[in-house]
Amino acid sequence: MINDKPIIRIANACKYFGTLKALDNVSLEVSQGEKVVIIGPSGSGKSTLLRAINQLETIDSGELVVDGDNICDPDVNINAVRMELGMVFQSFNLFPHKSVLDNLTLAPRKLRKTPKAEAEAYAMKLLAKVGIEDKAGQYPAQLSGGQQQRVAIARALAMNPKIMLFDEPTSALDPEMIGEVLDVMVKLAKEGMTMVVVTHEMGFAKEVADRVVFMDHGQILEVGTPQHFFENPEHPRLQKFMDQIL
Amino acid sequence: MADQKKQVKIDVGDGAAIPSKSDKGLFSAWLISFFLAIAVLLGLLFYPNAETAGKYRDILVFLKDGIYVTFQVTFSSILLAIVIGFFTGLGRLSKIWIVNILASTYVEIVRGIPLLVQLFYLYYALGKFIQVPDKMAAIIAMSICYGAYMGEVFRAGIDSIDKGQTEAARSLGFNSAQTMMYVILPQAWRTILPPVGNEFIALLKDTSLVSILGVADLLRRGREYASTSFDYFETYTMVAVVYLIITLILSKLVSIMEERLGQHDQR
Repeated sequence: MINDKPIIRIANACKYFGTLKALDNVSLEVSQGEKVVIIGPSGSGKSTLLRAINQLETIDSGELVVDGDNICDPDVNINAVRMELGMVFQSFNLFPHKSVLDNLTLAPRKLRKTPKAEAEAYAMKLLAKVGIEDKAGQYPAQLSGGQQQRVAIARALAMNPKIMLFDEPTSALDPEMIGEVLDVMVKLAKEGMTMVVVTHEMGFAKEVADRVVFMDHGQILEVGTPQHFFENPEHPRLQKFMDQIL
Repeated sequence: MADQKKQVKIDVGDGAAIPSKSDKGLFSAWLISFFLAIAVLLGLLFYPNAETAGKYRDILVFLKDGIYVTFQVTFSSILLAIVIGFFTGLGRLSKIWIVNILASTYVEIVRGIPLLVQLFYLYYALGKFIQVPDKMAAIIAMSICYGAYMGEVFRAGIDSIDKGQTEAARSLGFNSAQTMMYVILPQAWRTILPPVGNEFIALLKDTSLVSILGVADLLRRGREYASTSFDYFETYTMVAVVYLIITLILSKLVSIMEERLGQHDQR
């Protein structure tokens, strides 16, 4: 299922927040269909790296090519690139003034000019996929956290993106709701979606990740299969990290 | 902590007090004022002495055109002020240095000059260079002044929306204008509308200042009537009662609107 052609190519990316080096010469390639899980302690730069991919953060130097477009090039229409990049946030960020169904159809209707009926039919299909088609008419505030995050995943999918980015999608959830969100993500992974996931859920990494990336202090310290991470982590910092989270 | 000082919020708006149902005292005060004003109006118009009643009726008929002009100036000014305020608010939030400084300087200058002086300046001082009809000068001056206040309302309203909303919209592929239109403003207007309602009432009262420019508003018509009939007491009593009834009705409408908005939040 994995194609060798990289759909995301990050080369020597650097990013500073004042004097803090959030990304320190980071290079990473993600192939089409690949699932990459990024782990690391908080402040390690993993969210910054993920957010740089759709330019919610701009990098100060280096190269970032997504789906053939060099997104650091000011001539590239970043909005067109973002349509191909679905993003799921830690805090869901659903639109509170719109119903669940309208949350899903807003972007396809306004940006892809999809007719209303068609957008709604597809939205219902996606809601069925994430298991909450019965909540279509409700508002985000009426849903539980796990339900909101599943709507957020469906909202990102409604644009038919080529890549899905997940920024700690389960970190804001009650423990009993984490499973329902991870189930949806596993299902998506099995369908062949290209996914880059920042998470602390090692069970998820073990089940779906093709590669796991460990970051600390803005640097990628180790890259390997989940098995490698569990069985023989090499970097001492990674060994300590794995001991703490397992 | 025992030594922690209690934070007192002193909230004195320049509009009318909005009679919220939760504030029993103010709500009763609104009712009392309103019925008192209506009673005084009816009492004057149907005074037992036919001559006195007739005089008050004459005054009210004479004031009618003025009421129309007052509303005309108020509505035109508030609409223009909302447009100016929207762009000023965006400017105040802009990351582009020059836009931000322009918007902020405008707000700072306008807020530091009394409205009456602004009216004089626009009509008489600038009249040296450009002649503008009095009513238009009044509307422009009121809009510029209230646009600055409105700018602060828009700035606060837009700023109150969580940054995650912008990020979610941008990550779907919306540009910044679409994000503002489809995601931020539909949420911000609930925060923005009540203070806009307050400003509307404040503006309506402040339009009495334009009578100085010769605009035939409610107050000006009163002055005209009084200066020929010398019935100062009767005329200004009627002027005051008419203003009071208008602002009381408007403040009630604003409070109803606020309640409606509150209900939406609970769904």
